[in-house]
Amino acid sequence: MSTSLQQGLAAMIDKIDAPIASFFNSCVHCGMCADACLFYTETGDPKYTPIHKLEPLRKVWYREFTLEGRLLKMFGLAKAPTDAELVEWETLIYDSCTLCGRCSMVCPVGNDIVYMVRKVREGMVASGHAPAGLKEATVRSIEIGSPMGVTADTLRAQIKHAAKDTGLDIPLDKAGVDYLLLMSSAEIMQFPEFMGAAAQIFHQAGVSWTLSSTAYEATNSGMQIGSSELAAVLVKRIVDAAEKLKVKTVISPECGHAYTALRWEGPNLVGRPFTFKVKHILEVLDELRAEGKLRTEGLETERMTFHDPCQLVRRGGVHDQPRNLLRMVAPDYVEMEDAGNMNWCCGGGGGVSANERAEPLRIKVFSRKKKQLDKIGVSAMVTACSNCRNMLEEGLEHNHMDIKVLSLTELIAEHLAK
Amino acid sequence: MNIFDILQWARGTGLQIAVVIFSVGVLIRLLEMWMLNRKPDLAEPRASGTLGGWRTVFTRSAPSMVLMKKAGLLLVSGYIFHLGFFIVLFFFAPHIRLFHNMFGVSWPALPNGIIEIITILSIGALFALLAHRIMNPVQRFLSTFQDYFVWLASLLPLLTGYLLLHTSDFSYSQMLTAHLLSVELLLVIFPFTKLMHAFTTFFSRWYTGAMAARKGVTV
Repeated sequence: MSTSLQQGLAAMIDKIDAPIASFFNSCVHCGMCADACLFYTETGDPKYTPIHKLEPLRKVWYREFTLEGRLLKMFGLAKAPTDAELVEWETLIYDSCTLCGRCSMVCPVGNDIVYMVRKVREGMVASGHAPAGLKEATVRSIEIGSPMGVTADTLRAQIKHAAKDTGLDIPLDKAGVDYLLLMSSAEIMQFPEFMGAAAQIFHQAGVSWTLSSTAYEATNSGMQIGSSELAAVLVKRIVDAAEKLKVKTVISPECGHAYTALRWEGPNLVGRPFTFKVKHILEVLDELRAEGKLRTEGLETERMTFHDPCQLVRRGGVHDQPRNLLRMVAPDYVEMEDAGNMNWCCGGGGGVSANERAEPLRIKVFSRKKKQLDKIGVSAMVTACSNCRNMLEEGLEHNHMDIKVLSLTELIAEHLAK
Repeated sequence: MNIFDILQWARGTGLQIAVVIFSVGVLIRLLEMWMLNRKPDLAEPRASGTLGGWRTVFTRSAPSMVLMKKAGLLLVSGYIFHLGFFIVLFFFAPHIRLFHNMFGVSWPALPNGIIEIITILSIGALFALLAHRIMNPVQRFLSTFQDYFVWLASLLPLLTGYLLLHTSDFSYSQMLTAHLLSVELLLVIFPFTKLMHAFTTFFSRWYTGAMAARKGVTV
């Protein structure tokens, strides 16, 4: 057995906990999780059945944590996963799972299948079986500070542009303020309007805020690739900046997994509760709305819908806020079928978008979103995740669909009452 | 050794051995699970995980409307089999007498005619489930030897039990022996197969429900 395989198996053993043991004991091979997974529904290939993606982890659990498995292991009858198996499973674990968690909603015995996919990735990355694109993004995050290679200088340049466009001061490294706003690389590079939109909203609401030159990146490639160790390094940068600047709340931007990484995994990754709150930008905007500090004028005349980012809604609990906010400017917006906690993924979550190898499959399974959209006939789709935005735009383009993709924060900013 | 010796063994020593393997096996399997590390969740919760866990224990028993369209046969057969097996096991008069002899408690039985209908329905549901397992591409792909073996081990007590109701005096002992041995087989394999889900599903649902509830999500 190679050293890397040993490390991979050790990582899996380390991650197996009581819920995972319960989940493997409970699975009756009913296959219902397949119908919840867009990689199965859009390809019809049974190998994409969510529970099947966990076969290496199941083998490790059986061999190490059950009485008969340990007995069989003594006689060489319970086999550990081999390197060849992990090579085969790499694409199932990374290319055909976006960690969307839809399977976990339907399992009749109650297994949180995606919880296990997240854990099996720990073993895959430790054994060297992670996709090149995701590895490179993680290296850039650790070494440069962003998966797309965005530096603090790039941020400063964008701050100048946003300040010029809005005529507002964009604070950087200002201590003692209420909010520290994080950004995703995509928001800094591809959707620079986001920074100005946030500045305008905070200005109207009269709240104090800042950006940080050391913790501007919210995304967490470490979590996506499945390395808690690297994920913790990235979270620690944000914790250090937030504590140094003594902010009350850190705002996770329009990004799904960044929210999960900081809000739900963050304290567990660094091993202690935070001294500040973590909120998604939409939670903050909805609080400002409820307090009467966010006032809009004018209404959208286009037929719009809302795409639920999985990590924000189904896996994050931010379900009502985007709807409250969207109703302010588009009261007649329509929900797509399965909207809310059962909405379908854009196809590029969980690191799939950073994994070039997965692109043809990702484009193929966009057919699920297309079917949802075809039924409601909208001309604009609003969302709150820059990765979803990219994926949706690509999918729409590929399918020659004329639907605009909008950021909810930017949409609200466009309607701010003068 | 004639059939009466085997019946004597199946009624006495055999049953005792099976019950001990079942009880100790289930206990070991649960302890193996509970003894695994679970670190406390340090993220500030939105709502009580405990309450959410209990909610999911119950709500996940309700049919999923999303899946009803896709897998109606599987869901309906699944309900009939599980409820039927439970009713026949606990509400057939001779079974209640056995429980009374073993544990000293008893409760009212259902009429034999009803038990018989439920038994037939349960057997029918099991065959529907087998047909689904063989014909559905996903289930066929997932299925291992254990899935088919456990199916057979679940069928035999129902089938022999039904035949026992319609057996003449002449072959009654043979059929009762077969019934007892099939039950003992089910008990012995229970802790080491997916039959364990009868216990662990409640823990799985609780864990999943609790983790989601802390985030403010109802699953």
